[in-house]
Amino acid sequence: MDTLTRTRRRLEALIEESHLEIWREHNRALLRRLESKHSSVEFIGDALSTEMVLNIGPQHPATHGVLRVVARLDGEIIRSCVIDIGYLHRGIEKVAEYKTFQEFMPYTDRMDYLSPYSNNVALCLAVEKLAQIEVPERAQYIRTIACELARLLAHLLWLGSMVMDAGAVSMFLWTFREREKIYDIFDLIAGARLTVSHCRIGGVASDLTPEAIEAIRAFIRNFPRELRAWEKLLNKNRIWLERNEGIGVVSAERALELGLTGPNLRASGVPYDVRTFEPYLVYDRVEFEVPVRTEGDNLARYYVRMEEMRQSVRIIEQCLQQLPPGPIRNENAKLSYPDKQEVYYSMEGLIHDFMYTHWGVCPPKGAEVYAAIEAPKGELGFYIQSDGTGFPWRLKIRSPSFCNIQALESILEGAMVSDVVVLIGGLDPVMGEADK
Amino acid sequence: MLEAYLPICLLLLVALGVAALMAGISEWIGPRRPNPRKLIPYESGMDPVGTARERYSVQFYLIAMLFIVFDVEVVLLYPWAVQVVELGWPVFWAVVLFLVVVMIGDWYCYKKGVFDWDREARQPRPPSEALSQEKALPVRETVET
Amino acid sequence: MAFESLQPKLLLLAAALLALFTMAAYTVYFERRISAWIQNRIGPNRVGPFGLLQPLADVLKLLFKEDIAPAAADRLLHRLAPMISVTAAVATIGVLPFAHNLILADVNIGILYILAITSLNVYGITLSGWASNSKYALLGGLRSSAQLISYEIAMGLAVLSVVVQSESLMTSQIVEAQAEIWNVLRNPLGFLIFLITAFAETNRLPFDLPEAEQELVAGYHTEYSSMKFGMFYVAEYMNVVLSSAVITTLFFGGYLVPFGHLFMSDLPAWARTGLEVLSFFGKTGFFVFVFIWVRWTIPRFKYNQLMRLGWVYLFPLAVLNLVLVALARMLF
Repeated sequence: MDTLTRTRRRLEALIEESHLEIWREHNRALLRRLESKHSSVEFIGDALSTEMVLNIGPQHPATHGVLRVVARLDGEIIRSCVIDIGYLHRGIEKVAEYKTFQEFMPYTDRMDYLSPYSNNVALCLAVEKLAQIEVPERAQYIRTIACELARLLAHLLWLGSMVMDAGAVSMFLWTFREREKIYDIFDLIAGARLTVSHCRIGGVASDLTPEAIEAIRAFIRNFPRELRAWEKLLNKNRIWLERNEGIGVVSAERALELGLTGPNLRASGVPYDVRTFEPYLVYDRVEFEVPVRTEGDNLARYYVRMEEMRQSVRIIEQCLQQLPPGPIRNENAKLSYPDKQEVYYSMEGLIHDFMYTHWGVCPPKGAEVYAAIEAPKGELGFYIQSDGTGFPWRLKIRSPSFCNIQALESILEGAMVSDVVVLIGGLDPVMGEADK
Repeated sequence: MLEAYLPICLLLLVALGVAALMAGISEWIGPRRPNPRKLIPYESGMDPVGTARERYSVQFYLIAMLFIVFDVEVVLLYPWAVQVVELGWPVFWAVVLFLVVVMIGDWYCYKKGVFDWDREARQPRPPSEALSQEKALPVRETVET
Repeated sequence: MAFESLQPKLLLLAAALLALFTMAAYTVYFERRISAWIQNRIGPNRVGPFGLLQPLADVLKLLFKEDIAPAAADRLLHRLAPMISVTAAVATIGVLPFAHNLILADVNIGILYILAITSLNVYGITLSGWASNSKYALLGGLRSSAQLISYEIAMGLAVLSVVVQSESLMTSQIVEAQAEIWNVLRNPLGFLIFLITAFAETNRLPFDLPEAEQELVAGYHTEYSSMKFGMFYVAEYMNVVLSSAVITTLFFGGYLVPFGHLFMSDLPAWARTGLEVLSFFGKTGFFVFVFIWVRWTIPRFKYNQLMRLGWVYLFPLAVLNLVLVALARMLF
């Protein structure tokens, strides 16, 4: 027996020894898929083949969490690949069926953990549509501001990690400095930095304090300058441009077929943005542009997101100017939580609070609704069916990352190993949301 | 003259000794708790498929061959380089001619696509057309909810 | 050669080794401090005053770590590879002149020796990638070997242009030939080419593809732990220091003190030597800083960009530069 065979045997024995049958079966299934893709050439045991199968992820520094890509490499080129997701699956759609709508909100924080506020808002909008609950204007403005801050939060992480995946590590820390400021603002708005859960069905939990408004103003005054500085570093950097130009091209038709949404779709030339297409909150009262590029490559995605950050700042500015006075939650105690003041000092308030927590808001029996918002990653939709109780009978989440990841398989094939990281970075999936 | 190399021999010995010491000490004092999972080669936390001892893409070997070809040619120039002025113009032009031939070789390799690693990876990129504002902003009326 | 005459050399050898290891260790420290400064962080500041004992702590930690060799690895080569890397790095100091007459071995092919020894480095890296029997390591090793040999040609040509100017392969004479004017002013293109190739040869960003942590996890040293990993690390930083030293020697007048001819002759011998050593290490330190500065600002090349840059741009440019330098030499 030669050394090669011996080595292979030893390796196989090691794997055999330390594994559950279910894993072996899963991996075998993936390999079968990889093999049957595009070609009939058998890759295991072909003596003349120069191809090798490489696992990229789930424990890999650049796969944004636990995405797994099984790639068949020929030298530096990926011949075919299979995406394997589900390593962060927590079954939160099923969990939702055992929670009242309000109780479910903290779970949404943990979907796209980079922009928790958007997820809260998406859930609230769906429930409010389902149970026909009015939301006071001031609450809508607060939600809009917070949603745009969340967009900045998510896009900043995208920028930092994508550039870091390309090798410029310092950028990551610069964007994180700005993210830190936004987290501090969320601390002032909601009392929590990451898992805010600040929305309430029918409004928001607490009003914006003057302090918070001042902090937001200070942030958006300063932020465009930082953005310009980063663009100065990247937009004329030959290495950066060449690494992104012309890779991962998705045509407009293909993007629609794959169900891409958000910046990824707009970079392919389809000007679809839920904020203008089907305005929710107060997006029809503020002026902003939806950046669109036609190239459909990774560079286009970069430009679209950079411009989106600028537009977010514009939206926040206008919202702060227009911010009307008034209540921040629906006054009907059957539909929305009463004020804490009322809960502590009046009997009715306490009873309402108790009832609401226990039974929640009860939409009419048989009602069903789909409501979507433009989350930082794309269209985030909640589909809810009600059976008349305070719990959803079925809650389905249309998460943008889950759909965007579909594009990965087709754009990775034919790309180089170095492209993998920037392509994943460019599509910007968040596994918490994709695996739900 | 060869005496000048004595310190270098010493240096090489010392360097090798230092390296062996560094590797040896850590093997000696570090703990040893192997288990099967730990000894599997790292592949992002998943089972490796096959070994890394497979046949590999020919492009890397092409580069290695080119290196030998061109580097030997460069080495030929060292004797000339130390005596440029003494050897005079005829040798200078000979060297220029030689370098021209070398450059033609490089150009040939370039045209053959030896350095073109992403030949198959490149994808056509749709043209970037200037978007008018109307096109960039979607029409709200087209869908009803 | 009698032992007595070898004694000063032995002293120098010990001093040079000490200096190299210290500089490599403190390059790691300064890299961390400078990157922290670039990134608005603080950096290591806990071990000793200003964190100055951090390198020592790192080494001790690495020594006490478990040394894991994967089951499928080639044991002998796996062990040998980091040793080759360190040896190749250390051996380079043999021909670097630290001051006038302060050189370990002033051999008549000094420059060739440097080129030869630095190309040994590729063995350490390629073998480590192959011996680990891990695909990430293999990819890193292959990338590295292709990269190192591709840039070696342009590097050799850049060095050649310096040789043409100084008409000697001895490092000491190359330095002395720059007494009037530094080579960087007479041969700026050669300097640029050498600088770029030096980045590539040390596997530093933007050329750190062999260990691109976002693509290949840790590249060729994925399967190394404990001090063996530390040895690759040390070798990398030694190479940074040594590349800076070679740049200094070839293009920035080595140990020559700027405007030294105005006042140097009046000084006693020890002061002269001291100043020259200071000047040498000062210039080297500056280039080490450049290495660090570039690393924390620029994104990494893609493989095809790297190959194209090396073969299609740098190689012809280096040839052109050589011809121009030789022509200038013939004419003036």
